[in-house]
Amino acid sequence: MMEGITYFFTDPIAQKVIMGIAIIGAVSGVVGTFSFLRKKTLIADAISHSVLPGICLGFMFAGTKDPIVLLTGALVIGWISVWLIDYLSSTTKLSADTAIALVSTLFFAIGSVLLSVISKSQNAEQTGLKNFLFGKAATMTTFDVEVFTVVSIAIFVLVILFFKPFQLVCFNHEFAKSIGVKVKRMEFLLSTLTVMTVAIGIQAVGVVLMSALLIAPAASARYWTNRLPIMILLAALFGTFSSVIGVMLSTMKNNMPTGPWIVFSLFTFTLFTLLFAPHKGWFSIKRRNLSNHKKITEENLLKTFYQLKEEGNTAVSFRDFLEKRAVDTHSLVRDVRRMVKHGFLVEKDKTFSLTESGNKEAARVLRSHRLWELYLTNRMNFKNDHIHGTAETIEHLITPEIEQLLLKELDFPTSDPHNKEIPY
Amino acid sequence: MGLNDILTLITALLIAWSCSLLGCFLVLRKVVMVGDAISHSVLPGIVIAYLISTKFDSIFILIGAAIFGVFTTFLIDFFHKKLKLQEDASIGITFTWLFAAGVILISLFGDGNADLDQDCVLFGELGTSFLDKIIYHGRLFGTRSMLMILPVFIIVVLFVVFGFKGLQIISFHQEYAKSKGINVSFWHYTFMSLVSITTVMSFESVGAILVVGLLVIPPATAYLLVNKLPSMLFVSCIISTIACFVGYYLSIIFDVSLSSMIIVTAGSLFMLVLGFIKIRFQVQKTVELK
Repeated sequence: MMEGITYFFTDPIAQKVIMGIAIIGAVSGVVGTFSFLRKKTLIADAISHSVLPGICLGFMFAGTKDPIVLLTGALVIGWISVWLIDYLSSTTKLSADTAIALVSTLFFAIGSVLLSVISKSQNAEQTGLKNFLFGKAATMTTFDVEVFTVVSIAIFVLVILFFKPFQLVCFNHEFAKSIGVKVKRMEFLLSTLTVMTVAIGIQAVGVVLMSALLIAPAASARYWTNRLPIMILLAALFGTFSSVIGVMLSTMKNNMPTGPWIVFSLFTFTLFTLLFAPHKGWFSIKRRNLSNHKKITEENLLKTFYQLKEEGNTAVSFRDFLEKRAVDTHSLVRDVRRMVKHGFLVEKDKTFSLTESGNKEAARVLRSHRLWELYLTNRMNFKNDHIHGTAETIEHLITPEIEQLLLKELDFPTSDPHNKEIPY
Repeated sequence: MGLNDILTLITALLIAWSCSLLGCFLVLRKVVMVGDAISHSVLPGIVIAYLISTKFDSIFILIGAAIFGVFTTFLIDFFHKKLKLQEDASIGITFTWLFAAGVILISLFGDGNADLDQDCVLFGELGTSFLDKIIYHGRLFGTRSMLMILPVFIIVVLFVVFGFKGLQIISFHQEYAKSKGINVSFWHYTFMSLVSITTVMSFESVGAILVVGLLVIPPATAYLLVNKLPSMLFVSCIISTIACFVGYYLSIIFDVSLSSMIIVTAGSLFMLVLGFIKIRFQVQKTVELK
């Protein structure tokens, strides 16, 4: 295994392949970010299927696998497919998804007809053409890598030059239009960039799976940041990283296509991100929900103890509590024990009462609740019997700052609309 | 026209009709991309099925493979609703991953299995399906591909005929259907399972990608031509029938892959219809202006 890894960084042929695939991964990450943000990733899928006839026509025209001719063929056909999808979904009653599926399979079928025509010809070079289906990174020549480098530099330059308008088109289409950005032109440019990326990517990833390389890095990056420049950099990094790992995995056995392995490593990485990313990941969201839930239960518990105290009951048994507030007995016992441990409640002969800190916390919650009720009646003209429900929710959300504002707004009141004292 | 031609054409027609009927509802419900995703995602299921049973006539294992298709719809929903990934990216990531997993399985374990190579995955082997005849007591029952798709075709027809009301209402008025107490997710998942079974059973003949062409191109053409659902189903079948016949003869003349040629023919018919409609529209406009 170690030998395999060092081989990648010492052998000149392997170095060239790794170099090529790293470039492709980076470009896909950058361009994919824009497709992702515009929610146009399925068009990227259609483009990658559609360039197959372009490759075949290029080959038939030149008779060799000259990367420049093949790229040109892919570009032209890719453009036609983008235009056709746009035309069908805007001028006929077909929906966008129908147009995408229709164009991509039709073009793919044309490509496969051309492939079978080419395979009948006597041209010795045609055998390698099938590698464009699932990708074969090892077939990259030095000249290929040079061409890819030039194309990717062009793409990077365009992205840097048009960064502002691209950003506007992605996030606020209408606003972009209103301040005079040529939205149509920018969209055309973005589609062109996508087509160019697909065209250089298919040799390593294949037309069938190329779209994954455009979608997955951007999708992962979105979970780590909210800022576009950082997202682009992260997507480029993820793209490069996963593609290189994918290519390494594909060398486990002779003659395996690279595309599926790249997609596999991309997917593993994306799934990891979706589950574990800070703030936006699944586990993070779950944890936050859980802790919110716990906080609300605790606050409600203390509040009920305070209300009972107001009614004169300072030694509350479980039965008393349940009469005041219907909750699940089992979880009530558990929560009360926890609050005792945290020092908010004290136990005496199977009855419980608030400690000083418990009292303070409960007063805070109840104060928010009653202030909000007062605010709703005085300022929003709500009826008395309509205010409890919303106050019950908002009491857990009111921060000390909002509380200060409410106090000032209501001029430090002493009782709420139900004539209950507001605790300070 | 010899026996082999007839057998191949019957297989092609059965596949095309099943796909056309189901495809109409995919187009109307705007879930074509989910259908596309399913047809890609059944690949690992099929490969596992073939690897387990080397004789692979066992229908049951293939039905197991069809479960992968329904699993796809669950997975897309999981990414979209639970992990909060936008819908198009959820679809794109799910099916490319499952398809890649299928191709990896083929390249790792597919050696020596003649029916399972990367070409078959993409284009199918409809053109040579007549080689595998099922003969019982000296009487010809058909080819294996044909006998695989025949029950699916019957189920699809029965489903469309008897479930017509339900299908119609969820295709046009999903909200109304819900308000009337119709179990929309039951219809949705039953329908998607049928799409999945159809893709699995026609996989050997047309491959995992071109089947999408049969699912979307004839229905889209019919959708442009007519406005009523029953006539759309009918026209869509007519279009796919023409595509099968013309595609078959063209593939013999040019000696190219049959399934691809059928799709290309269907696509050309679509373009013709599109041109016809655009011209008619222009003519109407000029007449009105006069």
